[in-house]
Amino acid sequence: MLQSLALRLLPLLIILLFGSSSLQAQDLDLDDWASIETKAKGQTVYWNAWGGDSNTNNYINWVSKQMQSRHGVNVVHVKLGDTAEAVSRVVAEKSAGNLEDGAVDLIWINGENFAAMKENGLLYGPWAEKLPNFALTAPNANPEMRNDFTLPVEGLEAPWGKAQITFYYDSDRVESPPRTMQALLDWTKDNPGRFTYPLVPDFFGSTFLKQALLGLVENTEPLYEPVSEADFKAITAPLWEYLDALHPHLWRGGKSFPSSGSALRQLMGDGELSLAFTFNPLEPAAAVADYQLPPTIRSYVLDNGTLGNVHFVAIPFNASHKAGALVLANFLLSPEAQAHKQDIDVWGDATVLALDTLDEAQRQAFKSLNNNRAALPLDALQRTLAEPHPSWMERLEQAWLKRYGVR
Amino acid sequence: MPSGYALGIRLAPWMAIALLSLPVASGLVGVIAPAFGWLPVLGGDTLTLTHWQALLEKPGLGRMVQLSYVTGLASAGLSLGIVVLFLGAFMHTRLFSTMRRLLSPLLAVPHAAAAIGLAFLLSPSGLLSRALSPWMTGWQHPPDILFPGDPHGLALITGLVLKEVPFLLLMSLAALPQCHASERLRVARALGYGPLSAFLKAVLPGLYPLLRLPVYAVIAFASSTVDVALILGPTTPPPLSVAVLRWLNDPDLSMRFMASAGALLQLGVTLAALATWWLIECLLRRLTHTWLESGRRNSGDAVFGGIALSAISLSLLLIVGSLIGLVLWSLAAYWPFPQALPQPLTLRNWTGAAGSLGDPLTQAAMIGIIATLLSLVLVVGALEAETLHERPTRPWAQFILYLPLLVPPVAFLFGLVLMQVQTGVPPGTAVVILGHAVFVLPYVFLSLAESYRRLDPRWTHLARCLGASPAQVFWRVRLPMLSVPLLTAAAVGFAVSIGQYLPTLLLGAGRVSTITTEAVSLASGGDRRLTAVYALLQLALPALGFALALGLPRLVFRRRSGLLISS
Repeated sequence: MLQSLALRLLPLLIILLFGSSSLQAQDLDLDDWASIETKAKGQTVYWNAWGGDSNTNNYINWVSKQMQSRHGVNVVHVKLGDTAEAVSRVVAEKSAGNLEDGAVDLIWINGENFAAMKENGLLYGPWAEKLPNFALTAPNANPEMRNDFTLPVEGLEAPWGKAQITFYYDSDRVESPPRTMQALLDWTKDNPGRFTYPLVPDFFGSTFLKQALLGLVENTEPLYEPVSEADFKAITAPLWEYLDALHPHLWRGGKSFPSSGSALRQLMGDGELSLAFTFNPLEPAAAVADYQLPPTIRSYVLDNGTLGNVHFVAIPFNASHKAGALVLANFLLSPEAQAHKQDIDVWGDATVLALDTLDEAQRQAFKSLNNNRAALPLDALQRTLAEPHPSWMERLEQAWLKRYGVR
Repeated sequence: MPSGYALGIRLAPWMAIALLSLPVASGLVGVIAPAFGWLPVLGGDTLTLTHWQALLEKPGLGRMVQLSYVTGLASAGLSLGIVVLFLGAFMHTRLFSTMRRLLSPLLAVPHAAAAIGLAFLLSPSGLLSRALSPWMTGWQHPPDILFPGDPHGLALITGLVLKEVPFLLLMSLAALPQCHASERLRVARALGYGPLSAFLKAVLPGLYPLLRLPVYAVIAFASSTVDVALILGPTTPPPLSVAVLRWLNDPDLSMRFMASAGALLQLGVTLAALATWWLIECLLRRLTHTWLESGRRNSGDAVFGGIALSAISLSLLLIVGSLIGLVLWSLAAYWPFPQALPQPLTLRNWTGAAGSLGDPLTQAAMIGIIATLLSLVLVVGALEAETLHERPTRPWAQFILYLPLLVPPVAFLFGLVLMQVQTGVPPGTAVVILGHAVFVLPYVFLSLAESYRRLDPRWTHLARCLGASPAQVFWRVRLPMLSVPLLTAAAVGFAVSIGQYLPTLLLGAGRVSTITTEAVSLASGGDRRLTAVYALLQLALPALGFALALGLPRLVFRRRSGLLISS
C-alpha cells in the first residue's frame, strides 16, 4: 500500500526536485562578487559545524544574525556531534546521483576530512581565493593559508581560524611545567596519573603523537614527504620507545584514555589531571572565563614550538545554496567577524587575518589579551611547527592501535 | 464509522509491515554491498573479501566481540534476575506499590543521561568520592582508579542494568494479570509454598513466555549500544559497536567498507548472543524440571529475598544518585574537587540555555507525538485484525515487527539515508517522523500485544449478543477497557522517540533539531553543566508522558474504575 503510493508519487517528486534545481542553475561568476551577493539574497544556507561547544554555537548564532541583517541570507547551524556525519550525507548523495541539490551547503572541516573529501571529488571549487576578504590573510606571507596538512588547498576551502597545540596546567599544583618532550616524560614520572592524551585516532590524540614525533626525531624532513615503509620503522622507533616509558605513568596507567580533547578538559576541571593540552591557544582562558577550569590555569607552548594549523570551511560539490555559502565564507573572513571570534568572552578562536593588512580602526577591534593570566601571550604562537604529510598520521594511528589499542 | 473500521483493519497490518521492513531491508542492502566492496562512489566497483580480511586483522577484534557479547548476555541476565527475585519476594507488599509509582520517572531517564549521571556518581572525582573526601579518604585530589571504563565492562553492565530493570519491570506489570499471577500465587501459597518459591514455581513458568521478547530486545540493545558504551565502556579496546561507529566516522572514507563489514559482524554478535540465551533457556527448562516438581516448599526464600531487596535498593540508590548529580551540575559554576556541593549555586546554565530551548523541545514533542500516534494506530489495527480473525500473527510477520529492535541501528542507518536520497524524498520533519516510527512501533507492539490478546473474548461476545457491531465493540468496549495498556504503550513509544539521535540527524539532514540532537552534540563538547541541563530537559518530556499515561485513565474513568484492567 505504502509502496504503491510512493511509486505513484515518485514522478511528481522527481519533477519537483529536478525541476526546481535546474531553475536555480548555479553558474556562478566568481569574478563578479556583486552578482553572487545578489544571488545569495533570500537563500537559506545549511552550515554543518560541530555543535559541541556553547561558545562556538553562540558565535555562529551571532554570525547568522549578522548575515540576515547585512546580506539577507538565512544561516542555519546544523549542529553535528562529528563532522563525519555531514561527510556521510554528501557521500550518500553522490552515490544516489544527487549532483546539484545537496543538503549541506558549508562544512567546517579539519585537514583529515579535507584530504578525504578532496580525494573523492566531493568539494566545490576553486573559489576561496576569489573571496574579497581572502587577501586580508596575506597568503603569500602565510603559506599555511594555502596548505592544509601539507596538501595544497587549491581554493577548495577558505581559512577560518588558527589552531596551535597549547599546553596548560594548574599553577596551584604545578610549579614549573615541562617544556620539552623529554621533560614531559620526567615530569610524568614524578607526577604519576596527572597527565594523559586522548585516545588515538581521535584528532587530539593523533596530534599528540605527531607532536611527540617532531620533538623526538633529529631530522624532521622525511615527515613532510609521504610515508614509506622503509623509513617508518626507523624514524618512529624513538617515539615508541618514548611512549613505552611514558604510558605506565599516565592517567589510569595508560590503560584507558579520554575520548576527546573536550574530555581531557573536563578531567582538568575535575582535578584528575594537572597538565593537559588543547588545540585552541585561547581555549584555556575562555574555559576559565566560563567557569569550566580553575582560575589558577596557565598556558604555554613547548620551547621548540608546537604543531599548528589552520581550520577551514568548505562547500560540497552539490551544495544547493552555493552563492549564500560563498557570501557566508567571505563574511567569516571579515575583520569584524574575526575580531568578534577572537574575543575570549565570545569564543577565543585565533584570527587568520594578517593584522598588518588592516587599518588602524579594524586592528583596534582585536582586543588586547595581555591582562588575562590564563591566556597565552600571542607572540608565543610564533613558534609554530607545520603539520606532517597526512599519510604519517594514518600510519601512526595504525601503529599506535596495534601497540597500545588492546591492553 | 464501520467502513473506516473495516478498511483500517484490513490495511493496518500491511502498512505496519511495510513501514518496518522497507527501511530495514534497504538499510541492510546499503551495508551489505559495501561490506563486500561495492560502493562505486568511493571507488568500490568489484566484489571482494579484502575488507573482511582487514576487519579480521584489526588488533583487539576478538576482545571487542567478546565485550559486546558478554555485555548483552550479562546485562539481560542480571536485569531479569533482579526483576524476577523482586517480584517473587515482594509482590503484594507496600514496597511493591512504591516501586510501581517510581517506575515511570525511572523509565523516562534516557540511557545516555543515566550513563552520564552514573559516570559522575562513581568516578574517582565523582559525587560519592567528593562526599567522602577529604575527611574520610584523605584525598585532596581524585585518586587514579580505572572506573568507569574498566576493561571488563562492569561499569557498562551496571549502567545498562539500571535502565533495563525498570523496563522489564514495566513489561512484567503488564504481563502479570495476563498469566493470572495472583491466582496462581494464592494457590501455591495455600499449598504451603514460601512466597518466593511459590512465585518461582507457580508464576514464573507462566510469566516468562510473556517476557521473552522484551528480554530479547534487552539483549539486542545491550550488545549493540553505542551511547552508553561511549560513556561507561572500556576504551582499549572498546565494544564492537563503538569501534564500528568510529570506523564509520573515520575521515578516511575508504574505511567505510571495513566499517560496513564490522556492522554486519555486529549483527552476527547480537544474533549469537540471542541464540546463546535461547539455548540457556532450553537447558534451564530441562534442568529445573525436577526442582519445579520436587514439592519443596522453601528454597532459601529469606536469602534470595534479601538479595532481591539489596539489588533493587542499590539500583534505586544509584539511579537517584545519578539524577541528583545531574541536578547539581546543572546548578554549578566552577565546582572543584573535593567540594561536595557546588558553591555558589547558580541558574546561569539554565538561563544561558533558555533562549535556544523552545524550538528543540516543541519539535521533539511534536515528532514524538505523531510518530507514537502513527505507531499506535498501526499496532492496534494489526492486533484488532488478529483478534477479529481469531488467528495469531504469522511468525514471519512477528519477526518483521521486531526487526528494528534486533538489527543494530549503526548497521542500517547509512543504507537508509542512501535510499532516502535515491527516492528523492527531501530531508525534513516528515521523514524523521517515519524514521522514528520504525523504532517506536516495535516497542509499542511489545508493550501492548499481550494485554490486547489476553482481553477476555467474552466481553466481545457479550457486546455482540447485545447487538453491537464489530466496530462498536471495538470503539465502545475494547478500547476503553484497554486504555491503561494503550496509554502505557504510548508513553513507552514516546520515550523511545525522544531518545532517537542518529535517525533524527541523518534523515533530517541535520535540519530537524530536537532536544536530543542538541544534547548529544553538546555532550561531545564535554561541558558537563550544559550536558546536565539538556539531559534533565530530555528527561522531562517522557516523564510527562508517563505521568499522563498513569494519571489520565484514573481521572477519566474515575466513575467506572471497573473498566480498568491490568493497571
